[in-house]
Amino acid sequence: MNEVCFKNLDKKNCYSLEVYEQNGGYSVWRKILKGELTPEDIINELKASGLRGRGGAGFPTGLKWSFMPRNSEMQKYVVCNSDEGEPGTCKDRDILRYNPHAVIEGMAIGGFVMNASVGYNYIRGEFIEPFKRFEGALKEAYEAGLLGKNIEGSGVNFDLHTHLGAGAYICGEETALLESIEGKKGQPRFKPPFPANVGLFGQPTTINNTESFASVPEILAQGGQWFADIGVENSGGCKLFSVTGHVQKPSNFEVPMGMPFKALLKMAGGIKKGRKLKAVIPGGSSTPVLTADVAMAMTMDYDGIEKAGSMLGAGSVIVMDDSTCMVATLTRLAHFYYDESCGQCTPCREGTGWLYRVLKRIMDGNGKADDIDLLLGVSDKIMGNTICALGDAAAMPVESFLRNFREEFEYYIEHGESMVNHENQS
Amino acid sequence: MISKQAKKQIDIWVTKYPAGCQSSAVMEALKIVQAENENRLNADTIQAVADYLDMPGIATQEVATFYENYNHKPVGKHTIRICHNISCMLNGADDLIAYLEKKLGVKTGKVTKNGLVNVKKVECLGACVGAPMFQIGSQYYENLTKQKIDEIVDNLK
Ligand SMILES: Cc1cc2nc3c(=O)[nH]c(=O)nc-3n(C[C@H](O)[C@H](O)[C@H](O)COP(=O)(O)O)c2cc1C
Ligand code: SF4
Ligand code: FES
Repeated sequence: MNEVCFKNLDKKNCYSLEVYEQNGGYSVWRKILKGELTPEDIINELKASGLRGRGGAGFPTGLKWSFMPRNSEMQKYVVCNSDEGEPGTCKDRDILRYNPHAVIEGMAIGGFVMNASVGYNYIRGEFIEPFKRFEGALKEAYEAGLLGKNIEGSGVNFDLHTHLGAGAYICGEETALLESIEGKKGQPRFKPPFPANVGLFGQPTTINNTESFASVPEILAQGGQWFADIGVENSGGCKLFSVTGHVQKPSNFEVPMGMPFKALLKMAGGIKKGRKLKAVIPGGSSTPVLTADVAMAMTMDYDGIEKAGSMLGAGSVIVMDDSTCMVATLTRLAHFYYDESCGQCTPCREGTGWLYRVLKRIMDGNGKADDIDLLLGVSDKIMGNTICALGDAAAMPVESFLRNFREEFEYYIEHGESMVNHENQS
Repeated sequence: MISKQAKKQIDIWVTKYPAGCQSSAVMEALKIVQAENENRLNADTIQAVADYLDMPGIATQEVATFYENYNHKPVGKHTIRICHNISCMLNGADDLIAYLEKKLGVKTGKVTKNGLVNVKKVECLGACVGAPMFQIGSQYYENLTKQKIDEIVDNLK
């Protein structure tokens, strides 16, 4: 446990440069500055490590970095995505607060590999405390001569800046995030072109999640194989899981990939007293919900969760006990996507509103017999028909809630009240 | 329209971006100007930001209306931003919202008569392991209970 991003968590002032360096921090960066590591070495280690993007899509980081046209003359950028806003996700905030130097070192290494001399860390606007912590770490790194121009006479340049959001979940989508840094509304761009070709200010850009960057220094210090061996086939290393909801001790746990869900649940103290597990959303609000039986048999890695019928996403494990009304829960999620749709594509803009209104009318006791089919029809029309994945993210929970807990929705429509509350009263 | 002090703060942000890309600083510029104008923006302050950053008024207006954290209606001296998303909801956020409304005598979205506080329901603030939670100013308050809410809210001045 706690071997990579949370390595120094138990130490006093774990976020300081002093503690970071005492525990091997910036050793990889210093090697680079001495000319002892090439971009190819680094990409090969990352590929061997099996590190996959921690922002949700799980794309292999080494491969992504190899796509950058590193030899082109153009200014290139690395961008860190600290816009964390997926409901149930709260790990990047803790990385920024407790291990900011790992993010800085990871971004600097990325800058070197991709020949990008400037980086931006996009931090969500509400994260004032993490922002200040990160700024403090940046100041330390500059004062120690670890960032800037021609660093320690190496000929390597890397400048790193922060950019703050202003409240919009959609800016977590990578192209919306770039628009936002450019000082525009955060509306996702059509792809292609991909950011590696046309990114920030029109220049080649690579975007990674906070946890992805923060994992890089330790992987390179210990070796790709070391990291791969912590995890399982196809899911290298360890991963931060945010376990929240109806558990005794909600927390972030950095544990090996492939850990049984059962064991993770136990680490979080198990279900609240006197209650039974009912459902689990394993990867954040955008991933399909699973029933208790399926979850209890699942392992926490990309393939394991996919086999169970959902996705690892950002590793945000939302646990629900038998007091949970699934109709109310889905309605809240539907409201979220309706609220956060950027409005650019008709299926998403209209569809998310429609889903919310139908669910709301069921909650108000005015549901109609064919509302379930209507919900499925609307989400089916959103799926795959939008510019960015927010549309799919809004549709997927609907389909999975209805598939796994259909009788609760039917009951609500028929009786105008929740089956769960009813059971609890009788 | 924009104070000297605010201009200085905005200038720091401008230096982070390439030459000619000063409009990247618009999000912070709007926050800085909002903070010195009773925590809200209006057509004049938005235009002042546009002029200062040499960008079209409409582009500035778009930013000011797209993002959640800009206010266009009166707000209290303190805004309590309480999360009602999934992890907080599962941990009793709805009860706490009702409690806050009753305690303050205002519905979410409205300002108390003395102008001190308004309550806003917001989406996940990325602190779900501390659910239920709210934010006042830059400060997060986690693992809320009614008792904790009393202590925090009664101390707002
Ligand atoms: C609606 C939406 C919201 C997203 N929010 C985030 C986010 O908050 N943080 C993040 O790292 N990635 C988020 N992503 C994924 C990013 O688009 C992108 O895939 C990721 O930052 C790439 O980094 P990685 O390869 O290291 O995972 C979001 C995607 C979508 C469609
Ligand atoms: S899918 Fe939704 S959020 Fe994404 S670009 Fe289209 S309208 Fe905007
Ligand atoms: S759901 Fe409330 S902070 Fe994440």
